[in-house]
Amino acid sequence: MDIQVKELIADEKQEYIINMGPQHPSTHGVLRLVVSLQGEIVKNIEPHIGYIHRGIEKMCESITYPQIIHLTDRMDYLSAHINNEAVCLTVEKALEVDITDRIKVIRTIMSELTRIQSHQLFWASYGMDLGGQTCFFYGLRDREKILDIFEETCGGRMLVSYNCPGGLMYDIHPNFQQRVKDFIKYFRKALPEYDTILTGNVIFRERSIGIGPLTLKDAVSYGVTGPSGRASGFSCDVRKHEPYSAYDRVNFNEVIYNEGDTYHRYLARIEEMRESMNIIEQLIDNIPEGSYAIKMKPIIKLPEGEYFQRVETARGELDVFIISDGNKNPFRLKFRSPNFVNLGVLNHISKGFKIADLVAIAGSLDFVIPDIDR
Amino acid sequence: MKYEEFGDNESLELLKDTGSNILLTTIDDVINWGRKNSLWPLTFATSCCGIEMMQTGAPRHDFSRFGMEVYRASPRQADVIVVAGTIVNKMAPVLKRLYDQMSEPKYVVAMGACAISGGPFFLNSYCVVKGVDHVIPVDVYVPGCPPRPEALLYGMLQLQRMIETETIKSRKLRSASHNSK
Repeated sequence: MDIQVKELIADEKQEYIINMGPQHPSTHGVLRLVVSLQGEIVKNIEPHIGYIHRGIEKMCESITYPQIIHLTDRMDYLSAHINNEAVCLTVEKALEVDITDRIKVIRTIMSELTRIQSHQLFWASYGMDLGGQTCFFYGLRDREKILDIFEETCGGRMLVSYNCPGGLMYDIHPNFQQRVKDFIKYFRKALPEYDTILTGNVIFRERSIGIGPLTLKDAVSYGVTGPSGRASGFSCDVRKHEPYSAYDRVNFNEVIYNEGDTYHRYLARIEEMRESMNIIEQLIDNIPEGSYAIKMKPIIKLPEGEYFQRVETARGELDVFIISDGNKNPFRLKFRSPNFVNLGVLNHISKGFKIADLVAIAGSLDFVIPDIDR
Repeated sequence: MKYEEFGDNESLELLKDTGSNILLTTIDDVINWGRKNSLWPLTFATSCCGIEMMQTGAPRHDFSRFGMEVYRASPRQADVIVVAGTIVNKMAPVLKRLYDQMSEPKYVVAMGACAISGGPFFLNSYCVVKGVDHVIPVDVYVPGCPPRPEALLYGMLQLQRMIETETIKSRKLRSASHNSK
């Protein structure tokens, strides 16, 4: 009898280790999580990264600045345009080029469209992670409409490569303004559908409210940015605090919640889509006249020194840091990618929750794995 | 797909003409009809091409018109693995294991420039596999970076066309040659 009881206690203390990934549908890519479980309770998570590490930072050291733009597309492919913009802004800052208002406004509109399509995909895949297949169809249906706008102007659907140092590759398509207006009109009606399908759903609310709470103090100390950080009350919107492009001339609210749980991380993204639409509406009717690109030298060489630029991607703060030694390629280029930093907090907020909640928590941080590994 | 649109009709005719009798051909036709109309892909996506693969399954392009909508999370239930994205040295053994875990008959579609040749990471990168065919045998290549959903659909239709021409004999030869690789 005694022996049996002892064995039971030993079993309860024993940790059970399972591998989640690298091929797992709800890690959204090839992230591997080594999860220690006690029964169903998550005790510890060890993320293993590098399954899609392509050495982009090192590659950047051997190519020229206009070429780097095309690699940044492939980092966080859902905020492709914003990544391009980050590098362009850094190069322009270094060369002290004054870009026209037209470029700034078009860049801002494209960035916000990128943000909307990224959050649409988040909504679609997050619904699917939690068992709502319908979300997948609704979200991707609306996303196609933005991809059409991109395709008409940039030629690419997802990886647009529309920016280049000193401006844009081409001018906007004559239909651009009308199509964006049509889209906003359409999406203002479609967005309440999203709330009807998922936000108000009882099962979804049960699975997300109060799950994986992140306090403001932890959000700041882990450096969680983007909608995930703002859901914890961390005012970290680069668009507000250090406006770049045309963000200083538009009115928009920084979406901030104080609860910091999975549900509010989700809600922050839905609200951001509304704010993005407000920003686009303010700009779309008055795109200033002017040239769409400043003439640059055929070979761009940055003067010796260190250059730094922050931008707000759909997932958080992306920083680009370039050390130049005066050559046509950077001496060192560092990306501070939002996903890599946000991944750090996963272990902290999932401890003590069930393994099934881990999918909800990881989904709400909205990882793009190639951005983590680079 | 129409007969005239298929690029390689000569080998199609040759495959149909050689090496089987009427009974076997009829059985083959029935089996192939079933197989080609229920190709279940594995949910395997490493990077950007995966998003276009999702778009292909989404309402506008709708994979399911061709019997491919059932994405399987387990390789044991999947028929075709669409390698969507870059494969790096750390991922290559995992991909090989996934392929080995799939049951016969199994097909591979290399989607996008990275899976075909390393794509934008062909030069200067120290860790990218220069083409997924170094690791597993590939049936259909779909070029693009990333390919449009229409391109992926066309590639999958070509795969269906390939399955249509299979015979019991050729299938055995095919799996034997793949396993020896």
